[in-house]
Amino acid sequence: MNPHRRSPLVVVSTALVYFFLYMPIVVLFLFAFNSSKTNILFEGFITQVGPTEIVSGNVIQSPCGPFHWFCELAKNVEVRNATRNTLTIALISTLTSTIIGTFAAIALQRYKFKLRTFSEVSLYIPIVIPEIVMGIGILVLFSQLFTLLNSALSLIGDSQLTLGLTTVIVSHIAFSVPFVALVVRARLHGFDQSIEEAAMDLGANELVTFWRVTLPTIMPGVLSGALLAFTLSLDDFVITFFTTGPGASTLPIYVYGLLRRIVTPQVNALSAVWILIIFVAVFLTQRLQSRQAY
Amino acid sequence: MSEFSVELRDVVKKFPTPEGGEVFAVNHVTMQIKNGEFFSMLGPSGCGKTTSLRTIAGFEWPTSGEIYIEGEPMGHRPPYLRPVNTVFQSYALFPHMSVAENVAFGLEMEKTPKQEIKRRVGEALEMVKLTGMERRNPTQLSGGQRQRVALARSLVKRPKVLLLDEPLGALDLKLRKEMQLELKALQQEVGITFVYVTHDQEEALTMSDRIAVMDGGVVLQVGKPVEIYERPNCRFVADFIGETNFLDGEVRAIDGDRVTVYIPRLKDELVGTKASPVRIGEQVVVSLRPEKTRIIENKAKMGNCFSGKVLNIAYIGSDTRVFVDLGGVSLKVWEQNKISTLDPEAYYERGEQVWVVVMPENALVLHLG
Repeated sequence: MNPHRRSPLVVVSTALVYFFLYMPIVVLFLFAFNSSKTNILFEGFITQVGPTEIVSGNVIQSPCGPFHWFCELAKNVEVRNATRNTLTIALISTLTSTIIGTFAAIALQRYKFKLRTFSEVSLYIPIVIPEIVMGIGILVLFSQLFTLLNSALSLIGDSQLTLGLTTVIVSHIAFSVPFVALVVRARLHGFDQSIEEAAMDLGANELVTFWRVTLPTIMPGVLSGALLAFTLSLDDFVITFFTTGPGASTLPIYVYGLLRRIVTPQVNALSAVWILIIFVAVFLTQRLQSRQAY
Repeated sequence: MSEFSVELRDVVKKFPTPEGGEVFAVNHVTMQIKNGEFFSMLGPSGCGKTTSLRTIAGFEWPTSGEIYIEGEPMGHRPPYLRPVNTVFQSYALFPHMSVAENVAFGLEMEKTPKQEIKRRVGEALEMVKLTGMERRNPTQLSGGQRQRVALARSLVKRPKVLLLDEPLGALDLKLRKEMQLELKALQQEVGITFVYVTHDQEEALTMSDRIAVMDGGVVLQVGKPVEIYERPNCRFVADFIGETNFLDGEVRAIDGDRVTVYIPRLKDELVGTKASPVRIGEQVVVSLRPEKTRIIENKAKMGNCFSGKVLNIAYIGSDTRVFVDLGGVSLKVWEQNKISTLDPEAYYERGEQVWVVVMPENALVLHLG
């Protein structure tokens, strides 16, 4: 029997995996071009270009042609605000959690200290705790802390501490750090510490050694960790939901809000753009990593 | 300038054990390494040779005692402030840098001008015969080439002392022999003090000006290769360097350098040479090198002649290794094959009755331990 012959079972199961993984995305993309405003049935593409014309709930003509809903999306101020919030949160939390997580991983790898096992376990516990529990925990913490501080510092009106962008960023950093640490530690496993000794031996002090030798060597791990933190922050809903405040809603929160009212193809257009951005990001990171892996 | 390049004075290094105790990796070691010397630390794994080297490099600090480099006490000075460089067993090349970048690293740290870095990197690579490999990545090199890059990277800094931690350990035998000669030639060319750590006694004998034999964190003997091999000062050194036979006995008489030892196994006396201080009545061990022991077919009218039976023979080309049963002890005797012949009469046979003779100067009387 030819060992390279593909078993039909393998072909079918592979096809099924791809079908269930990617069909929803295909459908989502398709509905972003739907002419129906209600987004329940696919009523065909918007083919005419011209001033917007709506016939019995169906858009039949638009200045943007088939890309009607994308144009609507671009005009939507709330979407723009939510996008800005999401990216701000994701960038700051990714940067911070990558730095903290990387150093945590290095410390756990390198040093033997009292409570080392405890620190390690306590660092990874947030990964397995249900998000909703963490969300409620963070909310209670913040509200108690703010009540206390507000009365202690007798803050009133606008100067009062409230939930908002900052609280979301802080909580995103909190849940990203363990993931970054986990990924970087995997990369550090088998790290040849003698190259650090070699650097010091050749005249580099501790800081230069870290910057010129340690960091470049573990960079693929750090980048993977950062990408993970970034995507986690981008599509986090539960914790953001608990820690966000007025004017600080993110895209997932905004989409959830839209869905409660009416599902328009704008949501699909938004998701399509989102997915494209993430695809590009993942692709670039992979490229970057494969170039650095040796 | 100090007479000694490196000096260890009463250096102790203790490490905590997982059980909460302490273990002496280096136990009161004192060593003086002269300028321009090829000095080897030789011993089995765990003997403290690598730890000693690491205390010189500054990767470890002695628990007590002091390291002097060029007469200067090193104290807790970090590695990057010591005038020494290290070649690691694992080479420790920077995987994200090219060959040239690896070699240039140390000079960049010294803030050497770019032009000079380029020139000196070129020279260093030429010295280790790697010209043309500048842009390669370490992963694209063979083990021997990596070793050369590691050497060039250290030598380009022109250190006062080069520390080498089993640098040839990962190479195959043939390449190792080549590199041994090359390293020795290189050392003579650059005139730098080399401190070389190895567990390979042949390597140490081939390359070194002087050898320190270590075991259990203690220096047992320091001397030239010929002194270490021909006059080991204890049982361990005799056993570790080369091959030897041991016969246990008791000192009966001492006459200058000559010592008469009664060997219970042979029910006979053996006259040997004093290699370590012994007293009459002391339990000692006599070391007989296999190549310095002879087999004859008839009893000779001389001392140190013992009857035995050939237990086994192994023909290995240049030598014939004969194992003789001597009163219950299997004695190794290496007979050099000086005549080319196929005649079976020329070689010993299993079960043959023979006599073993030893010249008194070839039987070294050592105290136990």
